[in-house]
Amino acid sequence: MSEFSLLDMYRKMLLIRRFEERCNELYMQGRIPSTLHLYIGQEAVAVGACAPLTDADYLFSTHRPHGHALAKGVSPRSIMAELFAKVTGCCKGKGGSMHVGDMRVGMFPAVAIVGANIPLAAGAALAAKRLNDGRVTACFFGDGAANEGAFHEGLNMAAIWKLPVVYFCENNLYAASTPFSTAFNIKQVADRAASYGIPGIVVDGYDVESVAEVAEEAYNRARRGDGPTLVECMTYRLCGHSRSDPRTYRTKEEEAEWQARDVIPTTASRLLDRGLATQERIDQFEAEVKAEIDDAVQFAEESPYPEPHELMEDIFAPEAAL
Amino acid sequence: MSQMSIAQALRQAIREEMLRDERVYCIGEDIGVPGGFGGAFTVTLGLSDEFGRERILDTPISEIGLAGVAIGSACAGMRPIADVQYGDFLFCMMDQLANQAAKMRYMSGGTIKVPMVMRAPVGSTSRGAQHAQSLEAFFTHIPGLKVVAPATAYDAKGLLKAAVRDDNPVIVFEHKLLYGSKGPRSERGALSPIGEVPDDDYIVPIGKGIIRRKGKDVTIVGKLLTLYRALGAADELAKEGIEAEVIDPRTLVPLDKDLILESVRKTGRLVIVEEDNLTGGWAGDIAAIVAEEAFYWLDTPIKRLSAPDAPAPFAPVLEQLYVPSVANVVQAVKSLF
Repeated sequence: MSEFSLLDMYRKMLLIRRFEERCNELYMQGRIPSTLHLYIGQEAVAVGACAPLTDADYLFSTHRPHGHALAKGVSPRSIMAELFAKVTGCCKGKGGSMHVGDMRVGMFPAVAIVGANIPLAAGAALAAKRLNDGRVTACFFGDGAANEGAFHEGLNMAAIWKLPVVYFCENNLYAASTPFSTAFNIKQVADRAASYGIPGIVVDGYDVESVAEVAEEAYNRARRGDGPTLVECMTYRLCGHSRSDPRTYRTKEEEAEWQARDVIPTTASRLLDRGLATQERIDQFEAEVKAEIDDAVQFAEESPYPEPHELMEDIFAPEAAL
Repeated sequence: MSQMSIAQALRQAIREEMLRDERVYCIGEDIGVPGGFGGAFTVTLGLSDEFGRERILDTPISEIGLAGVAIGSACAGMRPIADVQYGDFLFCMMDQLANQAAKMRYMSGGTIKVPMVMRAPVGSTSRGAQHAQSLEAFFTHIPGLKVVAPATAYDAKGLLKAAVRDDNPVIVFEHKLLYGSKGPRSERGALSPIGEVPDDDYIVPIGKGIIRRKGKDVTIVGKLLTLYRALGAADELAKEGIEAEVIDPRTLVPLDKDLILESVRKTGRLVIVEEDNLTGGWAGDIAAIVAEEAFYWLDTPIKRLSAPDAPAPFAPVLEQLYVPSVANVVQAVKSLF
């Protein structure tokens, strides 16, 4: 097991939290169009799962991708510019919030059809295996995706061909507003791993170190040629499903329970308790992260919108030399 | 130069492309199983002996997974030739083709390539409503997909090779009655045209149609099986002094519309023959293009000759009414004179 720097992981989680809070503000002010699916509360999953990855490794995300993107190393500037629909965005303003990605750091444009990224990730892993390039693929999805046919087909194919892919199910207990218990007749999504003959592991998604540890073991298994793992990360949105969600389907008590375990203050306390950081250092992180986000917002605001000619560009790749 | 069927020509194209480029592989159901079929219509027969089971990759009966793996692997550096047993099953994988393959490049701001081929057999062959559809129009409607429909052995090899080398997702529609599949996979009533195919490397460029027969009195556009119905009708019409020009578009997206427009500007009449259902179909789209861009050259209204708006029937007597026949084409043309 590698020692992942808790300090670094904390800083990443803090960046995601503050970035998402700022996105929410900007949205409320009408400065970001469309809708947003915020990652607030789930930061430990993305950061823990991405800690053992390099830029060469692949990541597939969902309609809630900002956290995955930041954890994988997509620049805050290019994500923010994308949310502002600017041409300097990571998808040139053609993707938007639900499709952020950047292949320079191995992140595919996020896939906003629930579960559709699961067979795609198997395909990328198949390519890595055939090309023998040593890459591993991380694929994120919510509990809702586990009831899609694509989940079954993708996991089964990854399993029979022992593909180097790790599936992270972020079980945040609700598929939009539908509670887990009304959509599953089993206790855990990870139980389904048995039907594909692969390991299924449940991990506390509010403990970044646990996630990183389980993720690394799963990646090692994948890279050894032993096939995929289904990692179910128990987590919780400390925000609505999207910007139009008043969260009336959850109880205040349940929200308070998870709020009390919020990964940002609990990880900060852990840093202090272990003597890995002083309160001063933690405060300094806040200032650094704020500056980074201020810079991203300024960059996004000052960037131009796509020109009209962009509408009809990037539909097809230029033909390869025949 | 060899004489071969479309199935043989496709097989030769796959073999040559796999020898040329290590990244090319086939993925599909029942395509490489030893003692198996070589795909539903024998196109991949024998290839797993030469290339092994990893490069002729059999999948479970999982069309979403099959398409998703092909697309994901294409995005990550491979060049898959995927195979669906019957075109009708494309509906099972529609999200992967329409939302993923077609849009990945655009929504990534042009940073991703999806060099994937999806081969799909279409056409009525007395199998009833779920194994007989012609689905081309569903796919010509989706920006980001290229669509080809070879009707001869020469084009089958050349267009498939071009599709494999193209950096975009290409759907290749093949007609069941044109394959020339042998043995237990042969089709009753098949035309199975045998054609001359060069043994050396060549491609047929995507986006180029061809005039199959020259004429001055009427333009008939047909693809796949209906190309042959159009050619048969042209023979009949010639006996009565009507010289039909028969156009095979070969590629549906991007369409070689200038070829059709030039012909109509010469003949002043247009009949489009296809096996797909009439409403919202491909024939309507061709008619619209000609009406917009060559209206003043038309001497008569445009005629669409498509399958009626019914599911493909099972009973052969009904199927004969469903798919436009040579006699139907002759009648449609004559109605314009």
